[in-house]
Amino acid sequence: MNTLASGTARPTGYRYGVKPFNATRVLTWGLFALALAVAPLVFRSSLALTMLSQIGYLIIICLSYNMLLGQGGMLSFGHAVYTGLGSFIAIHTMNLAAKGSLPVPLVLIPLVGGLGGMFFAILFGYVSTKKSGTTFAMITLGLGELVASMALMFPTFFGGEGGITTNRVYGTPFLGIPSLTFGPQIQVYYLIAAYCFVCTALMYAFTATPLGRMLNAVRDNPERVEFIGYNTQRVRYTAFIIAGFFAGIGGGLATINFEIVNAADSLNGIRSGGYLLFTFLGGATYFFGPIIGAVLLVFASILLSELTKAWLLYLGLIFLFMVMFAPGGVASLIMTNLRVARFGRFGPFWALYAGLAVTGALTAAGAAALVEMIYHRQLNAALGPELHFLGLSLDTSSATSWVLAAALLAVGGFLLEQVRRRFVRAWGHAQEQIEAEIQRRLRHRGGADAGVAP
Amino acid sequence: MSRVPNPAPAAVGDIAGGAWALELKDLRKNFGKTEIIRGVDLAVRAGERIAVIGPNGAGKSTLFNLISGRLAPTSGEVRLAGRRIDGLRPYEINRLGLSRSFQITNIFPKLSVFENLRCGVLWSLGYRYTFLRFLSRLDDANARAEELMRQVGLEPKHDVLAMNLTYAEQRALEIGVTIAGGAGVILLDEPTAGMSKTETAHFIALIKEVTVGRTLLTVEHDMGVVFGLADKIAVVVYGEVIAFDTPAAVRANPRVQEAYLGSAVADAQGGH
Repeated sequence: MNTLASGTARPTGYRYGVKPFNATRVLTWGLFALALAVAPLVFRSSLALTMLSQIGYLIIICLSYNMLLGQGGMLSFGHAVYTGLGSFIAIHTMNLAAKGSLPVPLVLIPLVGGLGGMFFAILFGYVSTKKSGTTFAMITLGLGELVASMALMFPTFFGGEGGITTNRVYGTPFLGIPSLTFGPQIQVYYLIAAYCFVCTALMYAFTATPLGRMLNAVRDNPERVEFIGYNTQRVRYTAFIIAGFFAGIGGGLATINFEIVNAADSLNGIRSGGYLLFTFLGGATYFFGPIIGAVLLVFASILLSELTKAWLLYLGLIFLFMVMFAPGGVASLIMTNLRVARFGRFGPFWALYAGLAVTGALTAAGAAALVEMIYHRQLNAALGPELHFLGLSLDTSSATSWVLAAALLAVGGFLLEQVRRRFVRAWGHAQEQIEAEIQRRLRHRGGADAGVAP
Repeated sequence: MSRVPNPAPAAVGDIAGGAWALELKDLRKNFGKTEIIRGVDLAVRAGERIAVIGPNGAGKSTLFNLISGRLAPTSGEVRLAGRRIDGLRPYEINRLGLSRSFQITNIFPKLSVFENLRCGVLWSLGYRYTFLRFLSRLDDANARAEELMRQVGLEPKHDVLAMNLTYAEQRALEIGVTIAGGAGVILLDEPTAGMSKTETAHFIALIKEVTVGRTLLTVEHDMGVVFGLADKIAVVVYGEVIAFDTPAAVRANPRVQEAYLGSAVADAQGGH
């Protein structure tokens, strides 16, 4: 959509926003399907398969969360309630099905989770979506804590501290093929991938429907919506129920993946906060932002946590910097840079980004060395003063290590700030030129599309 | 969740034999012990253009808020085509055929011009809360939004986000969103506020054009505009309608001159 359309002679449909099918869209979705299909063939380790499976259902969960946050302006602190309760409904259904009491094949279990999530969204959403803004956020927080603590009081359903376990291999194999039992992780991955693709497509389609658009309108200006015939509560409530459905599907898939659900960590505010944080990091203002968020969430919780004990601290810092410098998340970083490139103004930024990367790496290395040494002295002092960090051996008892790390942080930070200032100047300049260019094109062509709308 | 055909708005078009498009009966509004609207009676025929004038703080905007459901009256009645609407929610009143604009521009800033207008037409075409149809396939809604865009002169700005429009364009879009649902009674709260003389003249022509066949109530400060636009003028002073008559009669009314008009005309002539 970068080029200027000539006049009004455009195919109908294009003019009206999202057109269900066109070449670019088919290509994009084809690539998404291909990526889901070949990912486990490219990354063959069992760790990779574990990560890919988690990414698959977390994409669904983060996208469903963004239906609230990005599309509806509803800051929910309790999304884990719907994934978690969906998980519990799913796991009990699996156990009943395994006993032969319910005829539900495993491939439909995520849908059962979805209906579970939807049921509780109907219940709790009725209360929370009566309000918007801060009040809505507070109600979701309260409901989330309520459900999380109540879950521990009903051990027969929630399994108490130990949780509920299940076995995903039950009933007749899928499609009658003896090897399709969903026992092997790779089969579970493809089940997750299939759901991931379909749910992503459905949630994307939702953005192009009357309710999806009115949800944006309610986000931007709820009062005005009431004066064009819509009940804002009903718009929010309906969207909340749909988000609960997809959240429950994600919960159901997680159940199949882990074969265990634990009330202590699947329903609580920390889990909800994780969905919020990574949806935000990925980028709530673009549909695909939460997909990036889900990938980051898995990398952070599996890889970063392996690498260092201080991973939550690093995560907090990253979140802080993103909120301060790139509040639109990774998706917005990508899109704004693409916009600059589209207008042919990316030239000076190669060097600036390289500068930011080098000075940023120096600063981060200095800061991380300090953090790791502090953690080592506090937690691993018994192992001796030696600490292995980035292939280096640091001696926490020697002043030299501390001085060097602090110097690295100071020098790196100073240089980073210099580069950052240049970057901000160049960026502002480029944006001004782009705005001027857009205005010029609008004037000259009476052009309806100058890449102004998202 | 599919499309539900709406009944035609009750207040559209002619209303036969003495029925009123909009009727206010002893309408009152108190904020605490302060009476803001102190017993307003007003009856407007279908198709009439009414200008509501009065000094700042007289209660003009409050009156509009009471009629459109933004505020609930303390007592009294509001009737739309004979049907009581006081106490109803704004969206319910809108569905019955009354739409309003706002003094401070009130549109969807992050949606494009086209999307703003399409949002305005969706309910009236019966699409309601559906999520089982694509917007791009709603031919009637898209055609209607295109037509509105031409009417308010924003066609070249089709895909421009509302927040990137000029002030005058935003005011035009506000009018477009207000008339989009096809309401028979239109309330415009200071549509030309903050515009230059030239812009105002152009804008009043636009308002006249797009409200043909509809009942219009507008709050307006520019006396030249008021006398050119309105069939009748309602003068609101201190929460009461002190005169409601044709422009000529209102101009000649000594009570109006005393209370308000003289100073306002002087203001207007003073290059306000």
